[in-house]
Amino acid sequence: MTFHQRIFALSIGIGIFVMILEMVRRRRLEEEYSFLWLIIGLGIVVLVLWQDLLEWLTHLIGAVAQTTTIFIFGLVILVLINLHFTVKLTELSRQVKELTQQIALLKVNKIEKNKI
Amino acid sequence: MSYELNNNLVIIIPAYNEAGRIASTIAGIRKFTDADIIVVSDGSTDDTIVEARQAGALVIELPFNLGYGAALQTGFKYALKRGYRFAVQMDADGQHDPSAIQSLIERVLNNKVDIALGSRFLGRGDYKAPFIRRVGMFFFAVIASIVTGKKVTDPTSGFQALNRKAMELYASDAYPVDYPDADVIIMLNRRGIRFEEVPVTMKRIVGKVSMHSGLKPFYYLFKMLLSILVTLLRGKGEGKV
Repeated sequence: MTFHQRIFALSIGIGIFVMILEMVRRRRLEEEYSFLWLIIGLGIVVLVLWQDLLEWLTHLIGAVAQTTTIFIFGLVILVLINLHFTVKLTELSRQVKELTQQIALLKVNKIEKNKI
Repeated sequence: MSYELNNNLVIIIPAYNEAGRIASTIAGIRKFTDADIIVVSDGSTDDTIVEARQAGALVIELPFNLGYGAALQTGFKYALKRGYRFAVQMDADGQHDPSAIQSLIERVLNNKVDIALGSRFLGRGDYKAPFIRRVGMFFFAVIASIVTGKKVTDPTSGFQALNRKAMELYASDAYPVDYPDADVIIMLNRRGIRFEEVPVTMKRIVGKVSMHSGLKPFYYLFKMLLSILVTLLRGKGEGKV
């Protein structure tokens, strides 16, 4: 990686990491959801600074350029984050359905009681 | 039907914007049974709720649209809580001929099966569905028949009679929120719930948009194949859909 590329990747990695940390501090983001995001930022920083690891990984996945390795790393984590969201979404949909049904049933209970 | 049965039987009708049809559907059912009639309004925005109440049904109001399966499930949850021993589910648009309630519920009453599925393709009746829809139905009917080893001709039928055992499954998380189909029939089979198809007549409702239109057939095909596959992958007994 050229010096230019390293500076750019490093600033992106640190930028993401600091931003997420700040959002958690302000409670705009739950710790639970921040975990994977922090890994992206941290991972990029580690890969840029630890040159041997990046070389080894690049060789391992058969990539030519080291930038590709960093790119793929980010992409994989993004896919995982999205998957995590979809799992949460499924859980939330189920809970909303359950709640909606419960509310409707409670309302009917009330109507029936008033009749008696 | 006898008084004892009627006290234990509930008719469950999921309805989404069925104003203008729901009252005559309820009146039609009343001619054949004195059982309690429950309409589950799935977030209807028209006069469905008022019309159903005036026609003498108890209305459960979902505040917004959850989907056919979830609305139906709400009815089953209510029925279980109220201790009804038997339930018949019907569509709100009047396509199900209420004269068939008797023959459906009889199979369950005699404890021959836990659930009787009304089929428009068995024996009498001359239901004509659009070609594409018929192909899709036939395809999944064949799959369900092969997997369960029983004759399944109409897996999408919303005209069914159930005992408590079957109601409990339908009230569980395993039941899909959208349209139940061959996947639910396979699930019944894998949970050891006895089912059988009974011939019923259905009318095709004119002027109503089918639930399978536009790009939906492709989504439906994909969703159903996936659903069947995972049902089979989940092993016997606990297979959730």
